[in-house]
Amino acid sequence: MAAPKKGRQGTQGRPGRTLALILIAIVALTGGMFASGHTTPRLGIDLAGGTSITLQAKNEPGQKNAINPTNMNTAVDIMNRRVNGLGVTEAEVQTQGDSNIIVNIPKGTNSEQAREQVGTTAKLYFRPVLTTEVSGGDPAASPSPSASSSASTGSDKDSDKDKATDKATSSSSPSTPPSATSSTQGRAVTDALKADPTPSGSGSPSSSPSASPSASTDPATAKLQAEYTALDCSKKTVRAKAGDGVKASDPTVACGQNSQGQWQKYILGPAEVEGTDVDKASALFDTQGAAGWKVTMDFTSKGAKKFASITGKLAQNQSPQNQFAIVLDGEVVSDPFVSQALTGGSAEISGSFKQQEAEDLANMLSYGALPLTFTEASVTTVTAALGGEQLEAGLIAGAIGLALVIIYLVAYYRGLSLIAIASLLVSAVMTYVIMSLLGPAIGFALNLPAVCGAIVAIGITADSFIVFFERIRDEIREGRTLRPAVERGWPRARRTILVSDFVSFLAAAVLFVVTVGKVQGFAFTLGLTTLLDVVVVFFFTKPLMTILARKKFFAEGHSWSGLDPKRLGVQPPLRRTRRVSAPVDTKEA
Amino acid sequence: MSKLGTLGARLHRGEIGYDFVGKRKIWYGVSILITITAIVGLAVRGLNMGIEFQGGAVFTTEKTSISVSQAETYAEEASGHDAIVQKLGNGGLRIQIAGIDTGKSDQIKQELAKDLKVDAEKINADLVGPSWGDQVANKAWQGLAIFLVLVVIYLAIAFEWRMAVAALVALIHDITITVGVYALVGFEVTPGTVIGLLTILGYSLYDTVVVFDSLKEQTKDITKQTRWTYSEIADRSINGTLVRSINTTVVALLPVGGLLFIGGGVLGAGMLNDISLSLFVGLAAGAYSSIFIATPLVADLKEREPQMKALRKRVLAKRAAAAAKGESLEAPVVDERYDEDEPEDATPAVVGPRAQRAQPSSRGRGRGRPSGKRR
Repeated sequence: MAAPKKGRQGTQGRPGRTLALILIAIVALTGGMFASGHTTPRLGIDLAGGTSITLQAKNEPGQKNAINPTNMNTAVDIMNRRVNGLGVTEAEVQTQGDSNIIVNIPKGTNSEQAREQVGTTAKLYFRPVLTTEVSGGDPAASPSPSASSSASTGSDKDSDKDKATDKATSSSSPSTPPSATSSTQGRAVTDALKADPTPSGSGSPSSSPSASPSASTDPATAKLQAEYTALDCSKKTVRAKAGDGVKASDPTVACGQNSQGQWQKYILGPAEVEGTDVDKASALFDTQGAAGWKVTMDFTSKGAKKFASITGKLAQNQSPQNQFAIVLDGEVVSDPFVSQALTGGSAEISGSFKQQEAEDLANMLSYGALPLTFTEASVTTVTAALGGEQLEAGLIAGAIGLALVIIYLVAYYRGLSLIAIASLLVSAVMTYVIMSLLGPAIGFALNLPAVCGAIVAIGITADSFIVFFERIRDEIREGRTLRPAVERGWPRARRTILVSDFVSFLAAAVLFVVTVGKVQGFAFTLGLTTLLDVVVVFFFTKPLMTILARKKFFAEGHSWSGLDPKRLGVQPPLRRTRRVSAPVDTKEA
Repeated sequence: MSKLGTLGARLHRGEIGYDFVGKRKIWYGVSILITITAIVGLAVRGLNMGIEFQGGAVFTTEKTSISVSQAETYAEEASGHDAIVQKLGNGGLRIQIAGIDTGKSDQIKQELAKDLKVDAEKINADLVGPSWGDQVANKAWQGLAIFLVLVVIYLAIAFEWRMAVAALVALIHDITITVGVYALVGFEVTPGTVIGLLTILGYSLYDTVVVFDSLKEQTKDITKQTRWTYSEIADRSINGTLVRSINTTVVALLPVGGLLFIGGGVLGAGMLNDISLSLFVGLAAGAYSSIFIATPLVADLKEREPQMKALRKRVLAKRAAAAAKGESLEAPVVDERYDEDEPEDATPAVVGPRAQRAQPSSRGRGRGRPSGKRR
């Protein structure tokens, strides 16, 4: 970047073409803006108002001291990344008091979706499936519940200590309700499973006769069994409560929807792998096989080990105990079969995801599970905190500032200022259009700092022209006529502009990557305007200058052109009448 | 304006100029003084942190007919701090007041209830923790550190390590001044201020880089000539880019000044004011430091190089010899230095490196003199 090519290629050859090209690009962008219907940049919450959600941390059984500043801050951090993944939506997340978190979402964001993303605890567990069957619908037709569990699925060392599982061993052998898994087939696959077709669980005979739940003598198991029997997943309220307050290390009941849209109920073993073991997740569109959206996950090294171990164990079991359930916030998202140990450290969840669902899930998985559970305390619509008056004042101030800059440029650069003003105008139009388009594209929202940034950018953009103009004038002072002056001045001006813009851009990029919230949005604006500055100077100002340098008004140094050699202090006699020049030194820059 | 244009021309030819490098000690002194003042101010008065950094209270009221601006006045009167008032969708108000604790919050709540004519019971008070601002500030510092490392590496590669060091010193200098002004005047530090401060980073360096670029160009073949020392050329490159520096600074300050005096001044405190104030101070400091601190510092560092020392010796010896010969060659005075600069000179703005420079200085003497009275 710092070392632009020598020579005079580039925009000099066909300035008209370059100019036409960028004008077409601007027209196209503007057309796109109008076509998309987003003709104004989306405004941040400080300027446009939006939705304010107050979330209250909830104490969970067994975790009395969970609500502490550390956990609250972690939660804020995670929520912030969930609603503001790219950092330009201008959503604000902050703590309030000891146990509240306020999330402000600017108008125009899908606040419904944001609410779900923010509040969802995203507690993700991989639990072995002990029993499953279609729930609700026709209870009478549903087979009698089978006894929970076997030690073999829950034989993880940790869970061995678990009382419930221990006792479960003594309870009857596992069985499969005939109808249980017929519909789950193909719903979920893992990497390895794709290569090795899943043994269909459908209708597989149970390995042993179904035992009556009452046979169990253990109260915990009995309770679980009773819960399972009573569980009717077709009711939303029941679903939401299923498995509430159960520790990760305890077996639980849960609901999940299969590919036919039917609700299944499950008894699940203790969690073997947790959401925190997931390193990264992303939503992908599966073009092969069962085309549809899926979520792929990469585990951390610890997670990968745990995952390999659980899948290894599960693979030896009969259906349905060769399934594990991916449980997100108490609901089974997916329950893939396992036919062999999966040691690759990655897995995928596929199901009947819509794109949005897959992306949301991936988002929640990668940005982690909240350390706390939250309830929505209030949702209110708020007006702009700073209000239109600040924006108005900012814009008026910006306009006045711009006018002053123009007056100064006209007074100092005279004719040349036309080029500067035209370039500033092009720059302004491009900034506006691109900001408007980025609203729907990446959720970019313009807040007051960003407005300030854009106004400051006037100065930075004008700086590039000044560097260029001063170079040209220096060349003229050396006694050149305008056209060679422009061509000689440009490579050096270009170098200076690139080097200094690079520094500006570096600052913006680092801030964008490192910081959060408002600062990030601002850094984005700064980076954007810096890039546009380079684009405008290279593809607009320079070619325009080249073309105008041919015009008599400028070439002859009219006293209003800003290039009058006399005014610039060229000492007569002008070099034209004397030697053409000293040995031309082509060493630029 | 044409006068300024002529000034530019004269600066360009080196007819006039200010001995920035020669008088650097004065400016170093000025800067050290400012820096000390800033540090003392920071230590004694500290920074007036906004609600986002120090926490504060948020009051939510029931539906009320009081206007936002009225409520703002009441809240500021009751608390003595700046207040941000928002109207809620249900007609109620949300009032944020910085820097108050539990005890004070109750008292303000009572006063607000009276002012706003609502039942105190119906005003909901919440204390805001400083976590958000802390997070922003911490990340900002982190960003600053990473940026500084990267930019030093970049400048060291694109230019040389001395320039990188000088630019870094100038940058830290700018930030110190800006922070110092905040401490001394007592402006409230908000995320807006942090943002403004961060912008200065880019801009201050931008300015410095432009001067360095010219310096690098002019000193390219410096060892091949014996007429000027590094410091003198550095001085010339500052003078040569002075008009540009003035212009760009003016052009950058105009919109920011507009924001500060019109936007902020009319509306009172607000995000606009916060950002534009730190920008205004920072931009001015940035322009100052790139001229008076960064470049002289580079010259200082450069002059320590054995090569440059040798050059200096050669230059001085040559001048002494010339003086002995009675050829009153240009004395090492800035004003006189460029009377040799001819219009024919093919290479603009380049002094030292050109071959002609080393030629007998009588060549072309008088032709290009500004005092040549050729007109």
